[in-house]
Amino acid sequence: MSQALNELGTYIEGKRPDCVLAWDVTHGELNVDVAPSSIVGLVEFLKVDSTCRFSSLVDITAVDYPGRAKRFDVVYHFLSMYQNHRIRLRVSIREDQMVPSVTDVHPSANWFEREVFDMFGILFSGHPDLRRILTDYGFRGYPLRKDFPTTGYTEVRYDEVEKRVVYEPVSLVQEYRQFDFMSPWEGAEYILPGDEKDGAKETEAK
Amino acid sequence: MDGTKGFDDALTGEQKIRNFNINFGPQHPAAHGVLRLVLELDGEVVERCDPHIGLLHRGTEKLMESRTYLQNLPYFDRLDYVAPMNQEHAWCLAIEKLTGVEVPRRASLIRVLFCEIGRVLNHLLNITTQALDVGALTPPLWGFEEREQLMIFYERACGARLHAAYFRPGGVHQDLPDDLLDDIEEWAHKFMSGFMEDIDGLLTENRIFKQRNADIGIVTEEDILEYGFSGVMVRGSGLAWDLRRAQPYECYDEFDFQIPVGKNGDCYDRYLVRMEEMRQSVSIIKQAIGKLRDCPGDILARGKITPPSRTDMKTSMESLIHHFKLYTEGFHVPEGEVYCAVEAPKGEFGVYLVADGSNKPYRAKIRAPGFLHLQAMDYMSTGHQLADVAAIIGTMDVVFGEIDR
Repeated sequence: MSQALNELGTYIEGKRPDCVLAWDVTHGELNVDVAPSSIVGLVEFLKVDSTCRFSSLVDITAVDYPGRAKRFDVVYHFLSMYQNHRIRLRVSIREDQMVPSVTDVHPSANWFEREVFDMFGILFSGHPDLRRILTDYGFRGYPLRKDFPTTGYTEVRYDEVEKRVVYEPVSLVQEYRQFDFMSPWEGAEYILPGDEKDGAKETEAK
Repeated sequence: MDGTKGFDDALTGEQKIRNFNINFGPQHPAAHGVLRLVLELDGEVVERCDPHIGLLHRGTEKLMESRTYLQNLPYFDRLDYVAPMNQEHAWCLAIEKLTGVEVPRRASLIRVLFCEIGRVLNHLLNITTQALDVGALTPPLWGFEEREQLMIFYERACGARLHAAYFRPGGVHQDLPDDLLDDIEEWAHKFMSGFMEDIDGLLTENRIFKQRNADIGIVTEEDILEYGFSGVMVRGSGLAWDLRRAQPYECYDEFDFQIPVGKNGDCYDRYLVRMEEMRQSVSIIKQAIGKLRDCPGDILARGKITPPSRTDMKTSMESLIHHFKLYTEGFHVPEGEVYCAVEAPKGEFGVYLVADGSNKPYRAKIRAPGFLHLQAMDYMSTGHQLADVAAIIGTMDVVFGEIDR
């Protein structure tokens, strides 16, 4: 399986050296890193080329790495029902960067790109109808970014007085429970509460 | 939708015709959940259809990022709640692929058995509610009786009728009780000779059912590729694409089953495909039972990601610590990213998992087949009559748990 994928990776790199930044086969899956500007061209090539024939778009999603300069990875999955293989394309972008939309090549990308926009706030240039899709009408913020709290910012309830649903800032009866089960013996990357005094005492004694 | 603008027929006396916009759902019995369609109608004919989804959005993917791998498993039951175990399967496969754990053979067979039960559960609901949508009341009454029996099998295996949490990374939670296999086998025989014959006689050649489904919502090979269809939506149009055969997972490669395909790609063909898939699933169930009888043994790959046996815990301190750590901290999954897909009853259900080496997934994306099917709603219903919209929603087999996530 991975032998065939290695051959396919070499083939794609040979045909489109300007698009492919890097590629590898891990866990029996072919990953290709692509520059944002060449994504549409490569997707089109993958769709029509007879060796690839990645004719079905399986998924588009994104991953947030807040620590990186290029904050987001936009990840595309394609499937070929004819050649029976899969491929994953990764595009790294900065927070202020736009990604060209692939809706012209794969109409099925429409909702996926709307979802990525909804969840991560990544804009797709050339998308016909970039509205929010899963979140509430009038929702603010991008929930799947790592800096968005799991509890969100607003909560809704039905108000008996106003006879309508009202939005209010989240108020938790109890603090959101986020347990840390990592063992301190395995080298926790933080100072346990109280431990910071320990270091201070030693320096004073010196 | 301002009725007064440019509407001066009271003055001219000439009727001006304009399109009519209606809201279909979110509370509509044929909307299969909380689907809201904004339909633009020209008389009875649909001109435009804009699905509004997300009314059942629970933020599963966000919640998963702050929970351990094992705590995330029950979320998968709540995606497609019609066939819960098939979803769990994808999650377990993704974890097993990253950790490189081999599932024992008995567990693998149990998984196949319950995945096929899930497929029958799903198709039973789909076919019968499809009949309900086009005007027949009897099929759902009969179908739900069979579903109830199957859910009792779920309950006897894991203790819950719907939200099973039965498949675990490394195997299944518990071994089956002794007489369960006999009862499933007995059910399988009765189902084939009883219910399937009944429903076949009631629907397959039914004049009204045919009129409402034949030549409705035709899908061609080109549409399949354009809109990324999978599952029955593909097979109904003559493409024999089934992940169980094309990219076999678990131990599907040793089972003997046929892949039914349709010819015309309309709603009626998809109904026939689903009927035949149920028969094939029952045949797989029978084969799996036969294999399970010859295959005693453990049902969990004993190791870091699975709990130790109860007897070990009573005697060994290490096992007790392991058990405690497993259910508090959870197991760690090595860094990497994988995409694992299973042939769920509705189509290709996949999980894209990005692990960072800790006890929680860094990012998990759930790829639901219904999301793509519903996306094509505009394309499929344009030009059809309003009454056909219900038939098309039914044939696409949408469940909002998995679409909205």
